[in-house]
Amino acid sequence: MYQAIVFLPLLAALVAGLFGRTIGDRGSQLVTTLAVAVACALSWMAFLDVGMGHGDFTKVTLLKWITSGDLTLDWAIRVDTLTVVMLIVVTTVSSLVHLYSWSYMAEDPDKPRFMAYLSLFTFAMLMLVTADNLVQMFFGWEGVGLASYLLIGFWYKKPSANAAAMKAFVVNRVGDFGYSLGIFAIFLVFNSVEFDTIFAAAPGQFGKSFEFLGYQVDVMTTICLLLFVGACGKSAQLGLHTWLPDAMEGPTPVSALIHAATMVTAGVFMLARLSPLFEQAPVALQVVTVVGAATAFFAATIGTTQHDIKRVIAYSTCSQLGYMFFALGVGAYGAAMFHLFTHAFFKALLFLGAGSVIHAMHHEQDMRYYGGLLKHIPITAGVMFVGTLAITGVPLFAGYYSKDAILEAAFASPSPMGTFAFVLGVSAALLTTFYSWRLWFLTFLQKPRWAQSEHIQHAVHGHHHDDHAHDAHAHDAHAGHADAHGHDPHADQAHGDDAHKDHGDGTAGYHPHESPWPMRLPLLLLAIGAFAAGWGFEGQFIGHHMDEFWRTALFVKGENILHLMHEPGRVPGWVPMLINGVMLVGLALAITAYLWKPGIPAAFVRTFPGLHKFLFRKWYFDELYDLLFVKPSLALGRLLWKRGDMQTIDRLGPDGISAVVARTAQGTSRLQTGYLYTYAFVMLIGIAIATSWFLPRLFAQG
Amino acid sequence: MDNFPILTALILLPLVGAAWILLVPGGTEVARAHNARMTALLTSLLVFALAVVLWLNFDNGNGGFQSIEKHDLFGPYFSYHLGIDGIALVLIALTAFLMPLCVIASWDSIQTRVCEYMAAFLFMEALMIGVFASLDMMLFYIFFEGGLIPMYLIIGIWGGKRRIYASFKFFLYTLLGSVLMLLAMLYMINTAGTTSIPELLAYDFDKDVQTWLWLAFFASFAVKVPMWPVHTWLPDAHVEAPTAGSVVLAGVMLKMGGYGFLRFSLPMFPDASHELAGLVFALSMIAVVYTSLVALVQEDMKKLIAYSSVAHMAFVTAGLFAFNSQGIEGAIFVMLSHGVVSAALFLCVGVVYDRMHTREIAKYGGLVNRMPAYSLVFMVFTMASIGLPGTSGFVGEFLVMVGAYKASTWLVFVIATGVILGAAYMLWLYRKVVFGELTRHDLQSILDLTWKEKVVFAPMLLLVFWMGIYPNSFLDPLRAPVAKLVSQLERAPQQTADAR
Repeated sequence: MYQAIVFLPLLAALVAGLFGRTIGDRGSQLVTTLAVAVACALSWMAFLDVGMGHGDFTKVTLLKWITSGDLTLDWAIRVDTLTVVMLIVVTTVSSLVHLYSWSYMAEDPDKPRFMAYLSLFTFAMLMLVTADNLVQMFFGWEGVGLASYLLIGFWYKKPSANAAAMKAFVVNRVGDFGYSLGIFAIFLVFNSVEFDTIFAAAPGQFGKSFEFLGYQVDVMTTICLLLFVGACGKSAQLGLHTWLPDAMEGPTPVSALIHAATMVTAGVFMLARLSPLFEQAPVALQVVTVVGAATAFFAATIGTTQHDIKRVIAYSTCSQLGYMFFALGVGAYGAAMFHLFTHAFFKALLFLGAGSVIHAMHHEQDMRYYGGLLKHIPITAGVMFVGTLAITGVPLFAGYYSKDAILEAAFASPSPMGTFAFVLGVSAALLTTFYSWRLWFLTFLQKPRWAQSEHIQHAVHGHHHDDHAHDAHAHDAHAGHADAHGHDPHADQAHGDDAHKDHGDGTAGYHPHESPWPMRLPLLLLAIGAFAAGWGFEGQFIGHHMDEFWRTALFVKGENILHLMHEPGRVPGWVPMLINGVMLVGLALAITAYLWKPGIPAAFVRTFPGLHKFLFRKWYFDELYDLLFVKPSLALGRLLWKRGDMQTIDRLGPDGISAVVARTAQGTSRLQTGYLYTYAFVMLIGIAIATSWFLPRLFAQG
Repeated sequence: MDNFPILTALILLPLVGAAWILLVPGGTEVARAHNARMTALLTSLLVFALAVVLWLNFDNGNGGFQSIEKHDLFGPYFSYHLGIDGIALVLIALTAFLMPLCVIASWDSIQTRVCEYMAAFLFMEALMIGVFASLDMMLFYIFFEGGLIPMYLIIGIWGGKRRIYASFKFFLYTLLGSVLMLLAMLYMINTAGTTSIPELLAYDFDKDVQTWLWLAFFASFAVKVPMWPVHTWLPDAHVEAPTAGSVVLAGVMLKMGGYGFLRFSLPMFPDASHELAGLVFALSMIAVVYTSLVALVQEDMKKLIAYSSVAHMAFVTAGLFAFNSQGIEGAIFVMLSHGVVSAALFLCVGVVYDRMHTREIAKYGGLVNRMPAYSLVFMVFTMASIGLPGTSGFVGEFLVMVGAYKASTWLVFVIATGVILGAAYMLWLYRKVVFGELTRHDLQSILDLTWKEKVVFAPMLLLVFWMGIYPNSFLDPLRAPVAKLVSQLERAPQQTADAR
């Protein structure tokens, strides 16, 4: 059964990828969607068995992989609660996204390729979560990276998409650099990379030190920090986050599946999986806490200023991942996994909802040109309302249970960084509520502002859906459009004048339509998840049944913080009230700024232009990295090539010699034809010398 | 079967094929060319079949030499002595695997002096197999140096515009190395009184002398690998060589340097190897970072891949001098993988060069619009080149770094940056050539892979995945000889300590 879960998507990917033209668009869609749906059904069975029914943890060995010296590696499937939780998250979201793509990609000429990539991604992700050693996990890890690269760059005609795809891969490679050094260090210390072996031996290494880059350092801290660098890359944590917003260049279903619900949570999964290692490295856990909390806050600040609906959600994802990381850092592994679980539903919902809006708005992604969509696409508005309730943590909705648990655990944690995480986490919660409602208000309420959108202009002025390259083309136009107009919302006032004449209501005469059923159904199912995933599973993930649910899949040294925080007096009553309070404050701010007094945002930008620009330019990370790494690498490469290879090595070496030879050989003709004979001659002389050397000895011996 | 001289057959068969091509009487030019192609293909396929037989009959558990053939010519000083261990086996198999692909790849693209071209390739195949099968040092020397002659010819006759410069540069570098190696060999013959490699392996050279001998061999092997700073002949040679020439150069010729380290430097001069490992590490670290950075700014597709070869081969030298089984097996695996992957990448360049007659990256863009099959193939080899797990590229580099990490954390820290830079330059190349709009006018009618090209790439794709998913097929023959080598190397510092 487990083999089927993992390999059905691979099989489907191969069929759709290699024979897509034979089986056609619909065939490819059917094959891939069915395969992943079957994997999904089997995953839920596994979850009910192993997770809810307390079935046995198992390990299925498939094939030997690498055997060299004392290193042995297998292809294997490891099944425990952590695995089955990830299995249902991955396959559920994936099958819904597969279905959603039927309609979303309906105008794209490359449907089989798209479906094949989605299924390939699902396979790699499943290999990652079922791995029983660090190297197989690395296989999945880089495999999802490949799928992400292919899908971000899916519209290959678009230069910005190609650049984003490459950036995602290379930045992730920086993370993988840390991950692989971590693997090497683990093999050096434990002589194995298999989870069971290293978990058993980890306590024995606590407090020991070894040599790393010439320094004596703590074994477990170093190993865990190296692995954490990998997690930071994949999960877009502060410093290695720059690829995630750019990854929004990919089609929206991809953003929902890969860059929100599954792949980016791989880092969280990794740390939870490796809890027996991290628990032996308290300093590393503190670093995880600080980085996670900082990311949660930093990304939320940027989220409040972005105009592109997908970028807002991308920064929101980045921020929510930060929550998961600081939960891990304070030892609340169950809460981190719970938030991963609930977040998968509501974030996939928000992304697919955004996709539905973009679909309705003829590929416009800029929220400045939305507004008043509630009555045109009420279902989308409704499900996104549910998603917003869930992410902001309204009681009864999914995010409430997991986010509160994380913040309370941070508060109750004895970790020296707990308070830091709590303060930043609560601040980020305020910002989260603000930007989430800002998104919803700007999109669905207020007056329509569509007339200024080039995409809508396109749609209204006779561009029909029969253009096959239409999707990529439309995005091209958008990329150019965004560049041209920068971030000033008023720059293109003049442009919309034309439309204003005819339609004073700002609609430019455009009529958005609700998305078709293949898109609507996933939205509705995810909305149910965003509503019910919290109270439905709280008992298992972090509540009374926690210990029987997780068993040995998660390891905590000492008392579990998720138990501790329920002790009387640990978390005073004002803490949950504060958390709920900031949520209301955020909502109030959003209502004030976007419904009650819409002049406030512009006034804010005028009053604090520096701060706004700093946030809008995303804290200048891209500019900084370009200056520090990209430009110097290229300059150094050019220098080494021209000055090093050509002007030094070649000039002193072969060119210098040939110049001398040319002078003595009087002319080049002799040089061109002669050297071969010279070479043969030298070889012959060599053999002659050899002969004359050993022949006398031969006689002497004889 | 036991008495069948299979190694001799492997060397002789291509020679017979070459002779047949050159000596077969008359006919029209076209008929002779066709005959040359068919003969070369059949011969190389037959050689490959023999190599498969050799592998199937190989005893993985035996760390010594097998399939031995020995005929004394001059007493202890020169004999026709052949035999292989697992290391030689896999390299012979690689050679035999690539050669039929070279013949098919040259089928249409070579139209001048076809007979001489095909004969040169078969001649080169015989000599390269001879290098790996020799158990006599003088025999090795003849094959080792002689194998370069057809390569000079291939570059010098069928090469590009600057072919004379390129092959002259190639020649100068190798000349320097081989003179020093020859002197060292003469000294060894004089001291040990034998040219037999198995006997030399058992001989203990004096420690002080070892250093000099090691350095002399190093001069030759470092050029062949090539190591920084004696690498500058490689980009030029690749750029000027015809596609199949690049395939053999990258696929097999570079591996002769690594093989030399394994057969001579490490086991015969273990003390010197320990002493000078630091030098090799330093050069490997410089090579990875230096050539990767240079690769980032290349404008010629072949030059970019050539510089990436230097970076990959630095992993080989780093792994070899880690002196443990992961490092050495990893190094050999990198040689095999690089032999397939870089050969395939040069073939990928060849495909578009045959159509457009330029290798300039800026002259391409958007090929995926008209060449989906080509784009897929190119993508797989790009990923293999940057070491994606599941492809052959990962296994070797991973083992090298696991092994080298035991020797030095700094070493691995530095060479692992090559994995990041490798992704940067390869993906940049792919993006510039394959992705984007197809805007250039002259590309509008470019055609996708022909069936002949598909035939060439199919076995390479299969091998890349096989090596990545089940590498033990290729690691099994290496275990015993590498274990033997490691124990020889471990004894060396012991003896040094005892002597003190």
